[in-house]
Amino acid sequence: MWSLVRFELNQDRRELGVASHWTLLEALRYGLGMTGSKQGCDKGDCGACTVLLDGEPTLSCITPALEAEGRRVTSVEGLATAEGPHPLQAAFGECGAAQCGFCTPGILMSAAALLDRNLDPTRDEIKEALSGNLCRCTGYTKILDAVELAARRLREAEQAEDERATA
Amino acid sequence: MLRLPAFEYHRPQTVEEAARLLDGFGDQALAIAGGTDVVPNMKHGLFEPAQVISLRGLPELRGIHVRGAELVLGAGETLASVAAHPMVRLHAASLAEAAGLVAGPQLRNMGTLGGNVCLDTRCTYYNQTRFWRQALGYCLKKDGDTCHVTRVGRKCVAAHSADTPPALMTLGASADFVSARGERSIPIADLFIADGIWNTVRRPDEILVRVRVPLPPEGTRTAFRKVRQRNAIDFPLLNMALACELDPEERVRSIRLVVSALGSRPRMVSGLDEVATGRTLSDEVVEAVAGKAHQQCRPLTNIIVDPEWRRAMVPVHVSRMLRGLTTPAAAA
Repeated sequence: MWSLVRFELNQDRRELGVASHWTLLEALRYGLGMTGSKQGCDKGDCGACTVLLDGEPTLSCITPALEAEGRRVTSVEGLATAEGPHPLQAAFGECGAAQCGFCTPGILMSAAALLDRNLDPTRDEIKEALSGNLCRCTGYTKILDAVELAARRLREAEQAEDERATA
Repeated sequence: MLRLPAFEYHRPQTVEEAARLLDGFGDQALAIAGGTDVVPNMKHGLFEPAQVISLRGLPELRGIHVRGAELVLGAGETLASVAAHPMVRLHAASLAEAAGLVAGPQLRNMGTLGGNVCLDTRCTYYNQTRFWRQALGYCLKKDGDTCHVTRVGRKCVAAHSADTPPALMTLGASADFVSARGERSIPIADLFIADGIWNTVRRPDEILVRVRVPLPPEGTRTAFRKVRQRNAIDFPLLNMALACELDPEERVRSIRLVVSALGSRPRMVSGLDEVATGRTLSDEVVEAVAGKAHQQCRPLTNIIVDPEWRRAMVPVHVSRMLRGLTTPAAAA
């Protein structure tokens, strides 16, 4: 059975026809050609398919596409802006936090949600926030370093912004 | 790639409408809330519903608040919101702890309290792809007639693997169900039966609407522990919850201990009153309680990791949990 689903994807309004048994990941990858979100275990273990649904990290491989109706979806394609990559993406590159890169989009989304609510996370808070994302290459250390670096830069940018506002 | 089989998807707006759909479609229908267990199971061909009824939009399943002498939790609240809610942390710390240790962050953002209470059992020979299961001639729980765990048994021994029920049982909680035939309330301690195929007395047409936890008496301390291979994502190899009411002299007034992830239902450890009530939690009492738990818990090879090791861990963690009640540092 086919139905129409409407949601906001990376601040764009999207509307597409999906079979009722499609997952949100299948709708993104095969319906919209947004292949940034990865299909890993495809059963909710590995976190490679993580997207933000109304701002919360969610596994798109086990979310029925029709559940996205009327909601706000952010995928890894929504992180960078016209000005450049997201600070997390820049930090991942600089720290060597991506090797094969397959887990990276999911990890970026979990990290982005963390930094949205907490710009000064402890190392343990970063570990907790990323604990639903598996990486088989890096051993995680460089990933944690990259999130710390991005958080520091975002804090510095915010501070500079505040100083400009008060000056 | 694991595709879902085709089905029709329904998004009712009220619990009444959802109950009517479940009733009308009968055994063709399956209710889905967070979908974190149901969707992978459908991808493995373990559930094959033609009609899927989403419970996500039902306002009746929302909200966490204290009403009278009870903490009332909507069954559709996510595990993340149960874990973080100040009222849950205040009145039912073990429940908040248990909810916060389920799987990983994404799954807690999606999975619901109701889904965790009604979670299907798990087994090495069951939670596999159809190809894997077919190669072994399927199993007693699904599509086959042999249990690969007991080899001779006629009873499915798949493991109860939810984390919140042990906490809810020690807290004396009840579950309210709604179906087209009316409402009923079941104490969570009476909800589970020792049948791995369908391990609750809930009928498939019943929707868990809310869970009610009586506010514990003054002096009650609660705890939850979970053993798993990694500290995230994994299902429990063993979990346990404790609610212990202590008088001002720290003597035990009442004690309830539930151990799970071993057999098809959580086990309320019996005979604790005779070894603990009226006494302080001395080393001797802690050992006696741990001994009772060890005696009564007999894991099987239904999930990975040596059952003898899982059994040996029962008294170890019961002791740590009990010592942590009076000296929090001992719980590590």
